[in-house]
This record gives sequence, structure tokens and C-alpha cells, in this order.
Amino acid sequence: MSGPYQWARIVSGPQNRKTRPILAYTLRRLVILLFSLLVAAVVLFILLRLLPGDPANALLGVGATEAQIASARAQVGSDQPLYVQFISFISNLARFDLGTSFVSRASVVEEIGNRLSVTLPLTILGFVAALIIAVPLGIIAAVRSTKWYGAAISVISQLGIAIPVFWVGILLVSLFAINLRLLPSGGFPLKGWANLGEASTAMILPVLTISLVMSASMLRYVRAATLEVLGSDYLRTARALGSSFPEALIRHGLRNGAVPVISILGIELASTFLGAVVIERVFSLPGLGSMLLLAIQQRDYPNVQGVLFISTLLVLLIGFAADLTQRIVDPRLRDRGAGTP
Amino acid sequence: MSLLTVEKASFGYSKTRLVLDGASLDISPGDSIGLVGESGSGKTTLLRLLLGLIRPSSGNITFKGAQLDPANAAFMREYRRQVQVVFQDPYSSLDPRQKVFAIVAEPLRSLRIAGDHRQMVTDALVSVGLDANVLDRFPHEFSGGQRQRIAIARAIVSGPSLLLADEAVSALDLSTRIRIVELLKSLSQTMTLVFVSHDLGVVAALCERIVILEKGRIVEAGPTASILANPQHPYTQRLLASVPRMPA
Repeated sequence: MSGPYQWARIVSGPQNRKTRPILAYTLRRLVILLFSLLVAAVVLFILLRLLPGDPANALLGVGATEAQIASARAQVGSDQPLYVQFISFISNLARFDLGTSFVSRASVVEEIGNRLSVTLPLTILGFVAALIIAVPLGIIAAVRSTKWYGAAISVISQLGIAIPVFWVGILLVSLFAINLRLLPSGGFPLKGWANLGEASTAMILPVLTISLVMSASMLRYVRAATLEVLGSDYLRTARALGSSFPEALIRHGLRNGAVPVISILGIELASTFLGAVVIERVFSLPGLGSMLLLAIQQRDYPNVQGVLFISTLLVLLIGFAADLTQRIVDPRLRDRGAGTP
Repeated sequence: MSLLTVEKASFGYSKTRLVLDGASLDISPGDSIGLVGESGSGKTTLLRLLLGLIRPSSGNITFKGAQLDPANAAFMREYRRQVQVVFQDPYSSLDPRQKVFAIVAEPLRSLRIAGDHRQMVTDALVSVGLDANVLDRFPHEFSGGQRQRIAIARAIVSGPSLLLADEAVSALDLSTRIRIVELLKSLSQTMTLVFVSHDLGVVAALCERIVILEKGRIVEAGPTASILANPQHPYTQRLLASVPRMPA
């Protein structure tokens, strides 16, 4: 037996009872991810072609001759029929070739890589700090919901959701940079992370801003998930069987409460990444968001296209990771569709 | 000597509205007692008092002569070792993310009972009619009846002398219900059983004594056979009259 039959035999073997559903789900989910990416690429292609004017004009500026325009069109490929442009666009994407910037003449992939060295740490640190704030406070807000401090945490988190992220950033700048003069109000060292001390200091306020705003909404989800666990029969049963309250909460609450929170965290991480655009603007950080805004202003189509494509890819990957984690944590989801023995 | 004694126990969520009002009950070793009443009659509240999950607003509960004190961790550990519970819904009372071994071994861990936990869990599972090879499976892989057997195995793994069952068969279909009642009946030969139910038929099959509750009060108590044959209280008569019967 060989080929797909061999594969089917291996996958359906009894020893793979546990891994089979996850493997099948991962493959299925990967196909969906690739399809979503293709749809996003098509939408991106159409949207950029719908913009008024020819990309070649952006390359030349005002006062170019007809010959210069024709040469520029040939250079960027906008003189080709639309389907040829599309095939070229997709095949370049498949090779991860996002082209060359009209303005800097640098490789878009390289430029995005440089910008990601700011945006990714900002997103990840902001997200992790938000988790560190939200998880314990969310649990306390649920477990002590009848106490004044449980209610206070809940009310403050509600306020946190209502306050826009840029406003929190401005308040923090006003407090820590202008009044207390403890931290820089913005900017990032030219040498980037090579200048570790300065780069880390520059990240403190943006990370704090993101974490405070993100933790407010995360806290609500953690609180709701914990309240659900607290009302569950299995927690009451564990108490009745002899577990102390903290013991029962740790043993049963954390994993069960984590499942609904994980799917939300995927969305939160994606929105943290997209929200970093605003934060980079407030703190003048040279990240992906600033690159996108600059590229739009300069009509640098390859850069716009590149940033949007990479952002879409990252958001889809985050969703993929969140879905997979949820399957791994929850055995019921893991076995869904696999049939019961 | 009584195993568990309830003396004029009352409980209410407010001072004016009692959900259990002056209930008294004496449970001796080997008893099988059915607590019967409609929803809101106070039977589950009485069970929660017996479990030490709530404290009575007034009255006393004593276990082997010692006052039940939920704040006394050492006493409660020994108490829970002796008094275990099976809840109504086998779908929700088992942690969906734990495997059968972890579920059934929970009292052994929580109560710090020494010994070969794997063997003890296997013995408990076999005694409720389950295979020993189910240890690594999750609850969603089982039927309702099998899940309730897992819940019963968990309740008996620590070797309790008193088993409390709260509507333990009401969430099951008829044929499964009969099998679980038979299992509880066989367990009641070796341990004391308090069975809470609104179903007089099931209680009649399982219990030698019946306690009837109405609106938080015990209105009638006595041997099952005599109460079913000659109910004294109008509420008991109504309960008996409401039991569905096959047409003649």
C-alpha cells in the first residue's frame, strides 16, 4: 500500500486516536488559512487598482514627459493587462517577493523586517503585560464580586474600555514624560535594539499604554469566564468531595476558564497588533503602522501593499494559533468529528 | 449510635424567608433514607447542610456525636472521607477537561489519602461496572449512564460510610435509570444511603425509610412500606396520587 492510502492507514491507526483529530483539524485549518490569504491578496490587488491614478505617476511626480511615464509604467508593470498583473502579483507573493519601495528603492520585505523589530516587541510586550494585569484581577473581580474591591475592579475595567488608546497614551506622556520627567515622550534610537538601554526605555510608555487599554477588555472576559466556572457543577462537586476553594479553583477553574478566554485572546492579540499603529503615531515609533501611514501619504504602493499583506498574514496566523491552542486545551473540541469509541 | 443527626436545622437566604425550617433527622449506620419533595421543598438545601457546603441559620448537625464544623479543616477532611456525594447531572458534575483517573482520584488527592491511587481508582470503577481501561478517557467519551457510574466511583473511592445522592438518576433515561438504581441498591448493602429525589417510585425501590418535605418542613417520616400504604399527611397523599400509573 502506498500514496494516499498509506497516509490514510497511518492516520486512522488506533495509536493515533488522540493525535488524529488535531492533525486533521490542523490540516483543515491550514487550508482555510491559505484560502483566506488568497482572498485577502485578491481584495488587496483590486483595492489598490481602484485607487485613482497610475502607480507610475507616484514614481515620477509632477511634470514627467509621456516617454518617462511610459517607461515608469513598464517598470512597475501597470502597462500590462490586469490578469497579467494579477498573476505576477500572486506569483511574487508566493515567493514572498513584495517588490521595491518607490520612494526608498529598498526591498519592501527588508523594510517591513526593520519595522517589525519595533512593532512585534511592542505588540507582544503590550499583550503579555495586559495578560499579567488582566488574569489575576479578572479572577479576583469574579471570586470577590460581592466585595467592594471586586466591584471596583469591574467598574475601573469598564472605564478602561471606554477610554481611547491615544488618550491613555497622551495622559501617560503628560504624567511620566512632561510632569515627572522619568521617561521619554517618544522616539526610538536610530541604531534600534543595538542600543538596548535606550530602546527599552523608549518602549516603556507605549507598552504601558497598550497593556492598560487591552487589559481592561481582557479583564472583563477573564471575569466572565471565572464567574461561569464558579457557578459550575464540577467546581461545587469538587468542593463537596473535599477540595478547598483555592484547590478547586486552580485544578478546575484555570483550564476550564481558559478555553473561552483563549479564543478572545486571539482576537485581542490581533487588535493589539493593529492598535499598535495608533500607538506608534502617538509615540513617534518607527514601526509598521508609521510605515503604512507614510507609504499612503507618499503613494508608495509597494509599501502599502506589503504592509497590508503582512498585517493580514499575521492576523490570520494569530487566529490560527488561537484556534489550535483551544483545540489542544479542550478535549471535547479536539475530538469533535472524530467519533466516539 | 447515630451516624448523622440533624436537630431543628433551619436555613434561609434572608431572616424572613426560610428554605428549610426546623428539620430534624436521625441517620443510623446501614440506613437507606429517601428525602422526597417537590422543587423548592428544601430537600437539596438539607443535603447541602449535610455536606457542610452551607451552615444552618439555627439548629445543629452532628456526625458521630461531634458538631459539624465547616471551618474546622481537620474535622471536615475526616468528615468528607466518611460522607461523599453524587450529584444530579452527570454531564456537568464531571470536569470536562479531566480524564477519568483524575476525576475519580480527586477525593483521594483532596483528602490526602495515602495508597496506590491507580489501583484504588481501578477498583472503584470495576465495582460500579466500568472497565479498568477507561482511566485515560475524557467524560465526553461516555454515555450519561456511564458518566453517572464514574461519578459514583468517585464518591465511593475514599471508602465512605455514608453516600448522599442528589437526584442522582433524574437526568438519565428510563433504562439507564433502572441500572443506576440497581447499582445504588447494591451499594446501600454496604454503606448508609441518603437519596434525595422528587420521584417516589425510585425512592420506594431504593430506600427503607422516607422523609417527606414540603415548603422547607418535614411533614411525614417513617418506613417506606407503611408511608406508601397509609400516608397520613395530605401533602404525602397528594404526592402519591400524582405518581403516574399504567391504565387498568
